Amino acid sequence: MRRVVITGLGGVSALGIGVPALWEGLAAGRSGVRRVTVCDTDLLTNPIAAEVPSFDPAAYLTPDQLLLCDRYAAFAMAAASEAWNEAGLDLSDEERERAGVLIGTGMGGVTRQDEAYRLLYEKKATRFHPFTIPRVMYNAAASHISMKFRLEGPTLCISTACASASHAIGEAAELIRGGRADVMVAGGADAPIAPGVVKAWESMRVLAPCGDDPAAACRPFSADRQGLVLGEGAGVVILEERERAVRRGAVIHGELAGYGATADAAHITAPGVDAPARAIRQALAQAGVEPAQVDYVNAHGTATRLNDTTETQIIKRVFGDHARKLAISSTKSMHGHMMGASGAIELLATLMAIERGIVPPTANYRQPDPECDLDYVPNQAREMKVDVAISNSFAFGGLNAVLAIRRA
Amino acid sequence: MSELDPLEKKVIELIAQKKRIPPESITLDSTFLELGIDSLDGMDLLFTFEESFKLTIPDEVAQQMKSVRQVTAALQTALAANPQATTN
Repeated sequence: MRRVVITGLGGVSALGIGVPALWEGLAAGRSGVRRVTVCDTDLLTNPIAAEVPSFDPAAYLTPDQLLLCDRYAAFAMAAASEAWNEAGLDLSDEERERAGVLIGTGMGGVTRQDEAYRLLYEKKATRFHPFTIPRVMYNAAASHISMKFRLEGPTLCISTACASASHAIGEAAELIRGGRADVMVAGGADAPIAPGVVKAWESMRVLAPCGDDPAAACRPFSADRQGLVLGEGAGVVILEERERAVRRGAVIHGELAGYGATADAAHITAPGVDAPARAIRQALAQAGVEPAQVDYVNAHGTATRLNDTTETQIIKRVFGDHARKLAISSTKSMHGHMMGASGAIELLATLMAIERGIVPPTANYRQPDPECDLDYVPNQAREMKVDVAISNSFAFGGLNAVLAIRRA
Repeated sequence: MSELDPLEKKVIELIAQKKRIPPESITLDSTFLELGIDSLDGMDLLFTFEESFKLTIPDEVAQQMKSVRQVTAALQTALAANPQATTN
């Protein structure tokens, strides 16, 4: 059977640019949430987000690419370049045809769309920049990455809201397992910090209020949790067929051993228990590991009232008594809810646990909640050997994706 | 070669900026093909001309523009039809 390993990592988030900055921030339990600076906040009542600090797209894009890329695609290009360079791949023409790209996104080039609509409705603009469509389209990131590295295999975009990146990485691994590709550049990217988008989230009443201390706004699993905080960025990994990676002596960060994908088929926003639990079981079964072998769970952990209690029930359903022995954390407390990028950044956090033996904490954990009574690794990173871990992503729309990672 | 008028100068300057080439390498007879202006660059340039001169170039005219001279001719026609437009 063909197996899939991870041979390159790239990440852009509120904790910084590059995986070393991400891992350093996660290990320190540092929150990247702050007051919004990347867009006009006049119309917002809740202007906080986990923004990427000092991101200069010109450092990653040529002048022509700059004109064509929304912020979300620029994040994806930066993360993909980091992952690609680290993997050190040198593909022949034949190999390029078996190398593809799968980048998830919840909202695509929405910052440019928001700007364009503002010009139209507010300024009564008679024309948009002609690149508005290529900037906004959801497959822009995947296409720019395929062009940059000349990858000519299956190249796709998956949009499943908050689970986009996990679905993208899981499906990319399936393309390799199924023999359709040998190398996949996979991950997710989103840049939802635009007035129209933040306003829509405000209107759902699920955002944490900004308060005096934005860094403490996102408190997953804590009894005083008050909602999610939007984030932005991109995470990208290089997935490679295992034999190929071993043969070329690649550095292997971990094995993407299992993937589960299910649908609640019930409610457009409220999470279920059965279908997410089944997604975890699928991922573990494909990985060939028993629930009791799992050491760490990177939770979806949005810090909404409903998600965190439901996710706790899901974990108990699958793991039984072992649930109490698991280290569970929500790194969204630090990098925010990066929408279609979340699953990829959380995979990078999970790989830190496996490679470095450092389980990232749930930051801003203050008060135990009787309905969330497991070990959420509160506030302090934990040194611990992790051989098997899972990363959960449960999206609006009832779409669930779970990745199971094993030490290589 | 005859002296370029301000509009021609400006058009050449904008094309030079877009393609990141010296303006001296562009003449009125240069074609888009020679200058490496593909269909996407062409759209971007049209937008730049429309914004710079504050006018609108109709689609049927835009589709015929394949050289610098055709651009300046189209802009002159549009400018004549629109007193609010500007070459400044």
